[in-house]
Amino acid sequence: MSSKPQPVDLFAQQLPLETRQSVMSSGASRTAGRKAVLENDFSDPDALRRLAGQIKQHTLDHLDQYLEQAEASLQKAGAAVYYAADAKAARRRIRLILEEREIHRVVKAKSMATEEIHLNSYLEEHGIECVETDLGEFIVQLDGDTPSHIVQPIIHKNRRQVASAFESHGLGEFNDDPEVITQRARAHLRTKYFKSGAGITGANFVSAESGRLVLVTNEGNARFSLAPNSVHIALVGIEKVVPRDQDLAVFLNLLARSATGQQLTVYTQFINGPKASSQPSGPREMHVIFLDNGRGDILDSNCREILRCIRCGACQNVCPVYRQASGHAYRATYGGPVGAVLSPLLSGSNFVDLADLPKASSLCGACREVCPVDIPIPDMLLKLRNRAHLLGLKTRHVPSMEPFVKLATKPALWKMAMILGKAIDLLPLKMQKLPGIQEWLKLRTLPSWKGGEFRRWMKKHQRRKGKGKRV
Amino acid sequence: MKNDRPEVLTNVKQSLARKPAAARVEMPEYDLADLTCESRMLFSSLRQSFYKNFQAVNGLVIDTAAELIMFLKKQGGYSGYCDPKLHETIGNRLKEESGFTISKKFERNRADEYAFGITQATGAIAESGSLILNDYDTSDRLAALAPWIHIAVLKESQIHRTISDAIAAMGDCPNTVWVTGPSKTADIEGILVEGVHGPGIQVAFLVDED
Repeated sequence: MSSKPQPVDLFAQQLPLETRQSVMSSGASRTAGRKAVLENDFSDPDALRRLAGQIKQHTLDHLDQYLEQAEASLQKAGAAVYYAADAKAARRRIRLILEEREIHRVVKAKSMATEEIHLNSYLEEHGIECVETDLGEFIVQLDGDTPSHIVQPIIHKNRRQVASAFESHGLGEFNDDPEVITQRARAHLRTKYFKSGAGITGANFVSAESGRLVLVTNEGNARFSLAPNSVHIALVGIEKVVPRDQDLAVFLNLLARSATGQQLTVYTQFINGPKASSQPSGPREMHVIFLDNGRGDILDSNCREILRCIRCGACQNVCPVYRQASGHAYRATYGGPVGAVLSPLLSGSNFVDLADLPKASSLCGACREVCPVDIPIPDMLLKLRNRAHLLGLKTRHVPSMEPFVKLATKPALWKMAMILGKAIDLLPLKMQKLPGIQEWLKLRTLPSWKGGEFRRWMKKHQRRKGKGKRV
Repeated sequence: MKNDRPEVLTNVKQSLARKPAAARVEMPEYDLADLTCESRMLFSSLRQSFYKNFQAVNGLVIDTAAELIMFLKKQGGYSGYCDPKLHETIGNRLKEESGFTISKKFERNRADEYAFGITQATGAIAESGSLILNDYDTSDRLAALAPWIHIAVLKESQIHRTISDAIAAMGDCPNTVWVTGPSKTADIEGILVEGVHGPGIQVAFLVDED
């Protein structure tokens, strides 16, 4: 065992107790809420998850056709469509659209894709103010922080930290009542909505049939980011496409239930073009940018099913590692089990930097059981571990499996270890000076020894059967 | 600036070409009826089911003009917006009978002065307790979003049974929103707060058919 803990472990060790408790209890309650609503509402929720997984996989397996269909549908409805091969191209496209229209202020509704391309800091560098409007994302932006959860960006912060952020940014005196904080954000962001020139959003789904972008929020910020503005820019991962409008019902039935335990989020928007001519409020221009940024390559990998992901966060909520470590432990835009797969894959040539993430899992399989699109996440974690191995990567601080390999391939050694194993129960582990063991024990307890019984059982069993042959 | 269309599509095509055609998943066939959440549809009529489900997400149902007036008076704001098409039937009544100040145009620079906005709903969904608003029927998106109270005027015949029915009925309108309760957040310590960016009170006002 290495003397240094893995990066995810190290982060977890240094996490304040209060943060861990908040991440843990939120994960537990969201997991329970998800289960309750799905079981109450559907006789066979698993059948629905499998159906959604098949529809999404079918779309991915024919993505070229569906992308072109979505593009054509959007253009027919009056939207401009662009493609961006990478983050850089996406950022430049957005900046160009804004600069051509001399727009210096924009509002943005929560979008993981814009997080992924680090849009905010780029626009700021080019003199364009970009204000986050989702309450959690707004607080993250005030603090110069990053979201730690796909759906609950500030689950790692408490109300006092939020109140301090508001105070230090001149948004009123210190007050940690969530109601007061929310009303202050409401008033402040109103001024931003009405003084900006464009609204930037992501999309949860895109129907190839109609080009409809589906945007879900609870706060109404995506609706408000668009209503007073004349330009709508949507950054959409190429994997967001689904074949038909009717298929949206399958995914909408799963998304909010999996994410927050709601049947639907409060606002579900369907947009496939500029506002209707009779409508006084809303964008006169709609620009849709389809983002590749590594997705096309994932399609060619043995982990392509990860592209089914609809970003509900259920796998984060249920994951025992995430609950201990929080989302920031994953050092990337996407945390939790989906992040442990997606982040190394999206990092391209930086795979080595994140190759330890797939090891931050006990392979318990809970993530697969809750996934609304039935992604075999544990299988992919193994495939990525193997990829790192084949690349000869020595991932940082990951304990070597060599001693175990030696033990498991030498029957005599194994037998000895099984006998000695019982002694572990009698050892006062807290006093052990074995390298790394105290680090390891900081976040774990060793279960009592249960091994070594099989051979004895087998011997007896065979004797009873009268075969008498020893193994 | 060049569009990366050829690169992205070529990359996708090449990736897919390396996957054997037989390994590609067929589009599954499914019955839309299987998506319906029957346990939320146990009430005697669509109207009743909508009421129950809309109330479950903290929506407020109002059945009569008298009730609406009483509710608005209790809320204390005397200035609001009303869709001009609803002025004769609702706006004018609020003005003449109860002394409300009613605007027929939503002025952005006075957005915070409207205590309520009254607009027509496109429809509703019984299964989910959602109001449907689209660009054709909503006189001003902002009037349905900025005031603390939004009153969506709905007729019983506009209530769809299921989410799938509502999707099928979207037609060619470029912008539709389903509103399932008041605007809300649980971002701070998971504590529920209503009225973040949109209305803190969402009303469905059921009126008689023409």
